[in-house]
Order: sequence, then C-alpha cells, then structure tokens
Amino acid sequence: MQLTVWTYEGPPHVGAMRVATAMRGIHYVLHSPQGDTYADLLFTMIERTAQRPPVTYTTFQARDLGGDTAGLLQSAVRDAYDRFKPDAILVGSSCTAELLQDDPGGLARALHLPIPVIALELPSYQKKENWGAAETFYQLVRAAASRAAPPAGFRREPRAAGDAPSCNILGPTALGFRHRDDLRAVEEILAGLGITVNVVAPLGATFADLARLGEADFNVVLYPETGAQAARWLARTFDQPSIKTVPIGSRATRDFIAEVAQAAGIDATPHLQSVTSRAEWYSRSVDSTYLTGKRVVVFGDATHAAAAARIASEELGFSVVGLGTYSREFAREIRETAERYGVAAFITDDYLEVEAKIAELQPDLVLGTQMERHIAKRLRTPCAVISSPVHVQDFPARYSPQMGFEGANVLFDTWVHPLMMGLEEHLLTMFRGDFEFNDAAPASHLGTAHASAPPSASQLPPSADSRAPVFGGVMGTAPVLETGPSWAPEAEKELGKIPFFVRGKARRNTERFALERSLGLITLETLYDAKAHFSR
Amino acid sequence: MSACSPDLRLTSERGQREVFCGLTGIVWLHRKIQDAFFLVVGSRTCAHLIQSAAGVMIFAEPRFATAIIEERDLAGLADANAELDRIVDQLLARRPDIKLLFLVGSCPSEVIKLDLSRAATRLSARFCPRVRVLNYSGSGIETTFTQGEDACLAAMVPTLPSRAPELPPNLLIVGTLADVVEDQIRRVLDAMGVTEVGFFPPRRAQDLPQVGGQTRILLAQPFLADTARALEQRGAGYIRAPFPIGADGTLRWLKAAADAFGVDEGTFREATQAPYRRAQHAVARYREPLAGRRIFFFPDSQLEVPLARFLAAELGMQLIEVGTPYLHRSHLADELALLPPGTSLVEGQDVERQLDRCYAAAPDLVVCGLGLANPLESRGITTKWSIELVFTPIQGFDQAGDLAELFARPLIRRTRLVA
Repeated sequence: MQLTVWTYEGPPHVGAMRVATAMRGIHYVLHSPQGDTYADLLFTMIERTAQRPPVTYTTFQARDLGGDTAGLLQSAVRDAYDRFKPDAILVGSSCTAELLQDDPGGLARALHLPIPVIALELPSYQKKENWGAAETFYQLVRAAASRAAPPAGFRREPRAAGDAPSCNILGPTALGFRHRDDLRAVEEILAGLGITVNVVAPLGATFADLARLGEADFNVVLYPETGAQAARWLARTFDQPSIKTVPIGSRATRDFIAEVAQAAGIDATPHLQSVTSRAEWYSRSVDSTYLTGKRVVVFGDATHAAAAARIASEELGFSVVGLGTYSREFAREIRETAERYGVAAFITDDYLEVEAKIAELQPDLVLGTQMERHIAKRLRTPCAVISSPVHVQDFPARYSPQMGFEGANVLFDTWVHPLMMGLEEHLLTMFRGDFEFNDAAPASHLGTAHASAPPSASQLPPSADSRAPVFGGVMGTAPVLETGPSWAPEAEKELGKIPFFVRGKARRNTERFALERSLGLITLETLYDAKAHFSR
Repeated sequence: MSACSPDLRLTSERGQREVFCGLTGIVWLHRKIQDAFFLVVGSRTCAHLIQSAAGVMIFAEPRFATAIIEERDLAGLADANAELDRIVDQLLARRPDIKLLFLVGSCPSEVIKLDLSRAATRLSARFCPRVRVLNYSGSGIETTFTQGEDACLAAMVPTLPSRAPELPPNLLIVGTLADVVEDQIRRVLDAMGVTEVGFFPPRRAQDLPQVGGQTRILLAQPFLADTARALEQRGAGYIRAPFPIGADGTLRWLKAAADAFGVDEGTFREATQAPYRRAQHAVARYREPLAGRRIFFFPDSQLEVPLARFLAAELGMQLIEVGTPYLHRSHLADELALLPPGTSLVEGQDVERQLDRCYAAAPDLVVCGLGLANPLESRGITTKWSIELVFTPIQGFDQAGDLAELFARPLIRRTRLVA
C-alpha cells in the first residue's frame, strides 16, 4: 500500500477516457462500480466539453456481485452500440471490475457486433493515467492500421518528386495541458514549411483516420507520454521516423523545425530566417537582467519538465536547482537531463516528498503543476504552472499555446510575471539606505500610519485566488508546517513592513538564521542581524 | 405505482447511474469534524475521485488520504493488515492533532474482503486513548453519495456516551449542518425552552453527544436510514417530521421537536414567528422568477424530495420529474404527503433514458450533477448543479431565501446574457 495525499495522475482508465473523448465516433464501455462516473466531470467541468465523454459505465452495485455482472456488461455494450452507433468500441475494466475477472473483451466480442471491438487491459494496481492513454491509443492504432500494414521489413520509398511531404501529429488528447492550442501552433509551423498534415490523432480523429496513418512520411510526436508507444509501432510497421524534439521554447522550436525539415527532405533556412520570437528579444532586453541566476525548481510530466528546464537555463538565464517528474516511465530521460544542469533528478509521485524538496531548495521560482502552485503559495514563493494535472485555469478562453514561437512568448509572460518587476527590484537595492525608501518605511502614498502598511504574512487570508474547480469552497486554512523558532510580536510587525514580494524570503532567511544559531525567539535584533548576514 | 400515497406516480429504474459513491461525503465530513482524519483504503481511482471532488484546493495538508492498494497487496506478497498498520503509524506520526481516525472501505477493499472492522479494533487498542479508530464503507457498490455520511455516522453511534436515565430528555439533531445553521437552530430552540440539545456529528470528536432512553432524535438530513436505526437501537425515540428546507419546512420541523418536548403553542409561535416571517419574506422575492417554471431533478443526494416540496409549495414551481437515488418511505412520509398530487417520482436511474425524458419534456430548469450540467447547458437547457445544494448551508429559516436564490440564479443569468 502507498499513502497518498494528492495524486498527479488518475487511474489508467481515465487515460483511456482522454483518448476516447478526444476522438470522434469511438465509444468506451467501462466495467465499473457506481461512483466511477465521477470521471465525466473532469471533462465537462475542467475542460468544459459541451458533450458528455463517450463512455458507458456498467455501474454495478453490491447486489449485482452475487449475480450476473457479466450479463450487465454485455447489455451495456449492446445498449451503447444501439444508442451511439460508434465506428469502434473500446471495452475495459476499472480497478474494481479488474478484481471480478469478468473478461470484458471476450464478453463484448461474443456479441458479434458489426464494428471493431478493442479490449483494453489496463492494470489499475500497477499503472496510471498517462500509461493508460498511451496504451489505449496504441491499441486503437494497431486495430485500425494493421490491415494496411505492408509485409515485415518494409522500407519506405523516397517521396515522388513534386509530392508535398506529409506527416501525422500524434499525442494530443482530451484533458491535455494546452493540447488544443499546441496543435494549432504546430500545424502553423508545418504549414509554413509546406508540409501536409495527414492525420492528427487522437484529438479529432476517427477510427478510419487511424487506418490512414501509414500514408504519411513521418510522425510528429507532441507528447511522448501519450503518443510515443503508437509512434514506435508505426516506425516498425510503416518505416515512419518520429520527430524527437518537442517544440516547447524558442530554441527547441528551432531544433524542431530543423529536425522536421531533415525528415521531410526540405530546406528550412528561409523559414527560420523569417520567424521572429518576441520572447528571445525580451530576454535580452535590459529589464531582464534581474532574471539572471534566479533559482528555479522544475517539476511536472517528463516532457514539460525537461522543456522547462532547458528554457529556464538557456533562454532566461535562470539557475535550475531542482528538476523532477512524476512520469516514472521517463525517469531515465529526466535523470540525464538533470545531469546537464548539475542536479540530481527527483522521480516521485509523492506530493509530500515534492513539497519537502521544494522547501529544502528554497527557490526564487517554482515551475510546477497545480500541486506545486499550492506548495509555493504556502512557502510564499512565486510559481508558474507548466504541466498537468490540469485545472480549469489550464483551459483559458484565449489562444495560449506552450509550443512554437508564440508558445515561447506565452511562457516568457507566464514565468516572469510572478516575479517582481525588474526595475522595482533595482530601485530597492539602489536606494536601500534612503530614509523614505528603505524596507521598513511604508509606501509614501499611503501616509505614515502603520495601519496602511501591508498586512504581515501571518495576517494574510489563507488564499483567495483559487476557485473550487469542481465543488464549493469549503476548505479551511493551512496549519503552519514549520516547527521553527517563534517570532516576537515586534519582529513580526517589522516583517510586515517589508515589501510583500521579498517578505517570504526575509522570513525564511531569518528563521534559518535563528535556527542555525539555536535562537528560540526571533526579536527585532535577530531580524536585522539576519538581514545583515544575508545581504550581499 | 406508489406505495406511499395514491396521488404520487412512483417508478423505479435500473441502468447506468450517474452519481457519486459514498467516499465523496469525506469532502464535507472532514470539514465538520475538525479533529478527524479519513483514510480511504482503496485504489488510485478512489484517491482521484476525492481529489477531483474536493477540487485541487490544497490550502492545507488535508485531513483525508488514500492508502492505495497495489499489485503486491493483491498478489499476497504483502500482508494487507501489516501494510495498513504501517501506513496508520506513518499518518499518526505526522498528525498528532488527530483524535479520530476513520478507515474508509472502498469498492476494491470490499471486493477483496479486507476486514477493516478488525483492523479498526486492533489499531484502536494500539492508539487508545490518544486516537480512536473507527471504520465504515463509502464504496460505490454499497453507498450512493450522501449514504457515505450515513455509514460514517452509524459507525460513530456505538461510541456515543450513554445518557443517564435520571437526566431530563434531550434532543439530538442528526446530520451534518453548517456551524452557522446549528447556532441559529439552537437559538430558536432555546427560545422555546428546549435547551438540552446536541448535534451529531459534533464539531470535535471529543464532544460526542449523549444518547439514551430519554433521547429524541430529529433528522436534519433525509439520507440517514442506518444512523437513525442505530440510534433507535440505543433507545432514542424518532421524531417524525419533514426536513428543515424552506420557511414552511423549517417551521414544521421545529414544530415536531416542540411537540415532542411539550412546548406550548404560544411559546412556539413566539420563538418562531419572527424568523419564519423573515424567511417567508426572503423566499417571496424569488417567486416571480420561479413560479410556474418547470423543473426536472436528476438523482443525486436524496435531498430531491424535500427540495421539490419546497419549490412547489413555497415558490410555485411545476415538478416535471423528481429523480432520487433512493426513497426512504418512512423518513420521507411527511415530505411525500406535501408534494402536489400526480408528482412523478423516479427512484434509481437509467441516465440515458432519463436524458431522453428530459429532452422531451424541455424543462425550464434541470437539477443535475456536474457530469451532465455543461452538456445540458450546451443544448440550451438551464441547469442548477446539485452538488452546491449539499455544500451550501440551505437548512433553516435564515437560509430559505438563499436556497430559493440558488434556483433563481441560473434562470436570471440566462435572461441577462444577450442571446
């Protein structure tokens, strides 16, 4: 057993739902107890899909267990076929049904429906959501494209002169982190290069589209977590190479274009010369000098975490002080990436471990998931969200890709805005000694009364910025996690006069200073001793 | 056809049920009992459900978690009981503030027949007196949504202290209410001279109310069949009443308590008149947007019948279909009697057929779960999320207007947005 407070990924059948919901004309019959239908609201509430996910749940109850759960599954499959008339049907078990060992695939096939029936074996007690999505997509691709498969050992002929190169785009699913917008960004790049997109899958594809996958010259895998397994089979079967670079960040986008051009046998130089990236210029502008060496911790799925580390380091001049992922399937890749930044990767899906790691590393910025956003909030550290698990905020109304040059612009804004404006930080340092412009003086436009000073950390409300994505706001306040030294009232009050964006750091530094000197109580003196100690 | 009243049309339905399982109750129970921890013994799906239900609102390390069963537990490579002990040790070491720990059974733990009651006894003995360990099942194969609270409270009943027979009779109000609602109710009861009042569940595990032969229980929620039975077995008398939903519902509910405690008519009227008038006034503001509008309920929390009664009687809405996961005939007897003749009640669910009926009826407002709400809205059907009716304080006089507003808001919104 594993003690779990929050999970980064759902069970594998939720991954299967992400594939089924992304596609058109597919229906998924899930053998599952009452209650598993909660998964519908992930799609209808978080992604705000206008249709219910194409899923029928058998919703068996205790009284069915002694009876005929197999019969229940068969009638659910038959009813789903009659009602929805899908082109293909997926059948599988959720965690509880797996224990019943009803063999949903065999039972569904015994109905002799006039459409393909694809049985999914998703071991719920071993695997998780992304694995489930990848496996489901792979099974669908095999089922659809096998008939068009050439004999083993097939070698792809060079493209006929005059034919436009073509590719498939693999990986985008429902409930994916900016998949909708990334797809548009990548399609624009490919169009700019004169490359035809043969099939995009799973998002928006039909079963018949999957049967045509072998017609493309190569595959673009946007998200290896969901698309790599199918791409490997396509590479073996149709001799289709896969593009390895994921175009997140300006530099990765340039690499991606070069790799695509090579696979397509075209010259990308004119295209690369025509593109401009605002993010690249902004990062070179003087206001960005304050970004230099900011310490960042990166955590997310493997693809987004690796990409974020590269952007942080190469494009923004940050220092990557921590890199981790919950994607155990990609542990090796992330370890290799982390070595490049001289840090040891942390591979874990234990939220408490991630929290401890971030607290230990004391970064200036956290690039993480919604979970790390909450950790950062508690540690009063700026944070930007870079990866699933998704939240309603990760489906913005506007076009907001992560990929391509526009994606790089989005990332620049998203990561830099939580940090304080550069000019403000310079001024604070420059005028540190000024009697009106020191850390302890209230803002001049607010008068001199203490009442107008910003509230101290301990007076701040627990958090007001998030909505309950699903249910009402019933959560309470945070208990204080640290068991460090306590604050004398006058020191606490003084801390409150420090501008809020450096207050968290001042508090942590002071507490560390006190802890290292075994001071149980932080007085006004301790606060300023610590300030002197840490000031550079 | 109805077994409860010849005037109602009652049908039962079986098919796909689009409802939560009982684990969801943890979302509000852990906020109510502030020193309790809920440890689900289940799968990744269970953890994902509660997380999705609670929202990813991590202000604090929550007072619930999941002990996720893994392959090696199923294969017998690990002794499930030893594993559970290890996890409870780990948990209680982290959280010295916890006084009451619930081991919550799930679908997988029930199917593999993991005996959580023995585990609870064993762990209770080990951690006594610092922590009491209880167990209940919130599994979807046995419980539907709010039944999880019923199972939780029923598990607590044997731990309630006995009330000495020589003590005066006491009133026990049963079912989770918001603290603010409890305080309001206590004030009205005080004014009637009913002062021996306890609430169950309590806000803190140490403040368990007493129960005995002199105890009278008044249900604040309609989904507490097992809890009521367990309390009756401890000698408590059941007060038959409708539920405290709406101005009239609250008045009748309080009247049932007043009668059980021999409060005279004048005292009762004096204690309730002002808040009752205030509630009527607050509700009346929403008659205009709601009267005559046609409403359709999908099954969710078992609150559907009292809510439908309120909307029909106090706001003049027309009930097209009242779906409910389960209909407790005797606890709802007074409610059913107050429904308009001919009301169509559907117990259980076949979601696809119910959607067909809903589309055909084209109601003005649909009360449904979150999986259905946006898909219905996208077809131009106005909805009210049923879950909000469980998490928002809606009981009592001073919430009656707020409750009416929850139904009026989606309709008003639709008229505001320019087509």
